[in-house]
Amino acid sequence: MKSDEELNEILFQRKDLAIIQSMIPENARVLDLGCGSGRLLKALKVSKHAKVTGVERDQQKLLQCVERGVPCIHSSLDDDLVAFSDNTYDFVILSRTIQAVRRPDLVLGEMLRIGKKGIVSFMNFGHINSRIQLMLGNMPVTRHLPRPWYDTQTIHPATICDFRDLCRKKDIKILREIPLTSRGDYLPQFAKFCPNLFASTCIFVISR
Amino acid sequence: MTIRYETYGTLSENGDNAILVEHALTGDAHLAGYHTPEDKKPGWWEAMVGPGKAFDTNRYFIVCSNIIGGCSGSTGPRSINPDTGRRYNMDFPVITIADMVRAQKRLTDHLGIRKWLCVAGGSMGGMLALQWAISYPDSVNSIIAIATTSRVSPQSIAFNWVGREAIMGDPTWMNGNYEQQPMRGLAIARMLAHITYLSDESMRKKFGRHLQDSTDYSFEFDKDFQVESYLEYQGTRFVERFDADSYLYITRALDYFDISDTAHGDLSQTFANIHMPFMVISFSSDWLFPAYQSQELVKALLKCGIDTTYCNIESSYGHDAFLLETETLGSLITSFLTNRYVEVKA
Repeated sequence: MKSDEELNEILFQRKDLAIIQSMIPENARVLDLGCGSGRLLKALKVSKHAKVTGVERDQQKLLQCVERGVPCIHSSLDDDLVAFSDNTYDFVILSRTIQAVRRPDLVLGEMLRIGKKGIVSFMNFGHINSRIQLMLGNMPVTRHLPRPWYDTQTIHPATICDFRDLCRKKDIKILREIPLTSRGDYLPQFAKFCPNLFASTCIFVISR
Repeated sequence: MTIRYETYGTLSENGDNAILVEHALTGDAHLAGYHTPEDKKPGWWEAMVGPGKAFDTNRYFIVCSNIIGGCSGSTGPRSINPDTGRRYNMDFPVITIADMVRAQKRLTDHLGIRKWLCVAGGSMGGMLALQWAISYPDSVNSIIAIATTSRVSPQSIAFNWVGREAIMGDPTWMNGNYEQQPMRGLAIARMLAHITYLSDESMRKKFGRHLQDSTDYSFEFDKDFQVESYLEYQGTRFVERFDADSYLYITRALDYFDISDTAHGDLSQTFANIHMPFMVISFSSDWLFPAYQSQELVKALLKCGIDTTYCNIESSYGHDAFLLETETLGSLITSFLTNRYVEVKA
């Protein structure tokens, strides 16, 4: 059976990854936590000559990274990331993974210990579709996260507001906030006033 | 000094496709294939070396050499000392992993190889690979270190000690000056070591509590269980092919291996002047060189900004997995070497 993420990749051409890619400058040092099969890192290596490292817990995906020539460390994000020293990367990416780690708050702390900036993208459970489903009595099942509540890696669903609150609490600066539609496009004008209601995904750039 | 080596494949015109494969404690230069049609077994890494395999002999020039101190063709304690005309035996100097690599460097120069595309090895072979990176960083393009450690742990030293005690406690060892091998001592050393190459799970799967020949316990002290017969068999076979004095010298070299010695014991500084990519591989059930030891190494490499790939392969085979998990290991090595070769050529 395919994981949530793999299904996503089939359903969508991950425009959020394209946006993340555009934010990375030439020759940057980039660490991708939960890098999957290494597509983003490979793209960054080729197009930006970035010095890349991935972290992935799934052995099969790790093999795909190595096949792509992307250096990758076999580890779960729930284990400590002490293998990575302070301030050794320019960007630490956490793409559609935060909802699956045991302690998102600790992972955010680790990201900003290891890197200067963090880039976090995740599904917004405050989206109107999710709210309607919840109002009708069921946990939300979305196109991006199509698995039912009992069989999903999403153990920490969160909204855009939740993420902002967490950053405030942990004294993390939000440098940019890029809400996206379910197709990965920028929000239409009317919706920009309330991304928590209309954005399906959001990308945050954060720093200490 | 004599060094026995074997080569597979063809060295490219500009010499950019040479790979050195390092053998483990009791391995030898015979990496793959058969020497004669009568050979019962192929070389020790047959599954990984050959046309179209991970170490693809159609693309790469593969070299494997017997370490010095060994007993499979290279100079070791049972070689003849030219000064006396007799065997060295215990007059052979105690050597280190670094000494073995120094000898291999002379072979490298002899073969006219300026830079290895990769130095790869498992177990002690992995230590030799790490030592290459430190001793001759300009002569190596990449390292693959499998089921190994950057410093041999007290547990491993303890097993080596008991193994040597078994040999040296055998009255037929005669301070190393035997003509006939101290068979019992060497077999016990091997049986002990062999247990450390397996795992609780692999032994349970392979032997259970099954009896070898009878249907009931004998209530005597001869072999009852399959696992006992298996170890006895391994011990006996080992004595036929391996030398007791070599076993002493090589296990001692293992005990002294701590790659961080070159940085005054600071592992995180050990790789400070090194730039080649590393692939580090451990096995989940290996308790001789457990995964945490590979992770310690990975941490040190990352701290020095080295391109590092690390995989802890899920396996129940214990330390022996590096010879048995050929599918996953093959995939990793194939990919790693392919990418290295592309980058070297570019």
